[in-house]
Amino acid sequence: MKESSANNPAALSKEEVLRYSRHLIMPEVGMEGQLKLKKAKVLLVGAGGLGAPLGLYLAAAGVGRLGIIDFDAVDFTNLQRQVTFGTSDVGRKKLEAARERLSNLNPEIQIDAYETRLTSENALDIVREYDIVADGTDNFPTRYLVNDACVLLGKPNVYGSIFRFEGQASIFGYPGGPCYRCLYPEPPPPGLVPSCAEGGVLGVLPGIIGCIQAMETLKLILGNGEPLVGRLLLFDALRMRFREMKLRKNLECLVCGEHRTITKLIDYAEFCGIRGEEVEAKPLDIPEITPRDLKARLDRGDDIYILDVREPHEYQICNLRGHLIPLGDLPRRVSELDSSREIVAHCRSGKRSGEAVQFLQKAGFHKIWNLKGGILAWSDEVDPSVPKY
Amino acid sequence: MGVKVIIPTPLRQFAGKRESVDLEANTVAEALGSLTSQFGELKKHLYSDDGRLRSFVNVYVNDEDIRYLQKEKTTLQQGDTISIVPSIAGGTE
Repeated sequence: MKESSANNPAALSKEEVLRYSRHLIMPEVGMEGQLKLKKAKVLLVGAGGLGAPLGLYLAAAGVGRLGIIDFDAVDFTNLQRQVTFGTSDVGRKKLEAARERLSNLNPEIQIDAYETRLTSENALDIVREYDIVADGTDNFPTRYLVNDACVLLGKPNVYGSIFRFEGQASIFGYPGGPCYRCLYPEPPPPGLVPSCAEGGVLGVLPGIIGCIQAMETLKLILGNGEPLVGRLLLFDALRMRFREMKLRKNLECLVCGEHRTITKLIDYAEFCGIRGEEVEAKPLDIPEITPRDLKARLDRGDDIYILDVREPHEYQICNLRGHLIPLGDLPRRVSELDSSREIVAHCRSGKRSGEAVQFLQKAGFHKIWNLKGGILAWSDEVDPSVPKY
Repeated sequence: MGVKVIIPTPLRQFAGKRESVDLEANTVAEALGSLTSQFGELKKHLYSDDGRLRSFVNVYVNDEDIRYLQKEKTTLQQGDTISIVPSIAGGTE
């Protein structure tokens, strides 16, 4: 590791002057601004879709110290949007691959890698080390944890969030400004809002939202312009429209309001209604059949009706030749099903079809099973020629 | 008053895949009532069992959060845009 320039935060080396010349010749940055960037410490929570442009642009811009928290490995489904990683990185730890890529992009900066999940136990100690936090997480417990830790420590939290082709961005925890809890006092109960893995995301979208976060982070460091404080930016990629909502500090906010009751970090999994690490809030009474057992029964010639509750575009990717009724359409199309027959419902992973089975049980179907693990497990256990997605 | 309600992506599946709905209403409560009577599935996503707007769903009239206006009693003007903005958590994996 090259340490020389990191050791002198008050000056730029000849190499750094050349590297940052397009910043240095701008009056809005200049030598003074570039040295602010060099002294800055930014923590990235998550090295995924939003973390990719954040890491790349902040490293390239010369932010002197970048902390990155992640504990995942790179997989093939990441490559569609997580542009830090290449095909040869699949299977490697994201942190290791990101560190290599960012160090190659800019060897002048220090990269701190935290291979851990951010928790109530470690968050304050990690966040305390940095000036600004850029939040690129994918789940509500971590969002609230990051928010509360930033509010408690007085650190700005540059927020971005995405779903399919819509994004949100703002800066929370800025002195005098609102926090994430001012915007949303409570998270949705698990299962009511589809996750990214279920909902999908257009790959460029995290690029755009992550770049907005990177820009706002640089502006905070430089102290330039009008920061995205007190404004919620909404982006609709399909219609290519940005809208802006006013965001006020909520005087009744539990963590930053006048009568705050949250003065230390809490149990965020519990707060978000999640037990354990999995979001599966699956009751135990859903009857299941494994892919192997289903295959054996079909091979025996048993009369089993396969119900596919995915969306039509998913059916086109791969299918088990089941009858397609998307979960959302099931209530009004239930008459298409014959409750006297044995029915196995499936989806991609078994989650939606679990809901379908519960719904159909309530509707009076008794000979119904959920295909355990969905089409993913079918591909693993029965027919590897079925693609996983 | 003729107003437009913008449906966010995560809720479009419960609103006949519509991006927005034009309707007649004098207050936010009327507008959301009309919306949920057209699209019954939306109701449980917008309201909790005790009939209150869910705390992870914010409603804006133009760019102002109704929590800082007269909440659901907020009156509407011809041409107002109501935005439903639920919390989304996606970012990475």
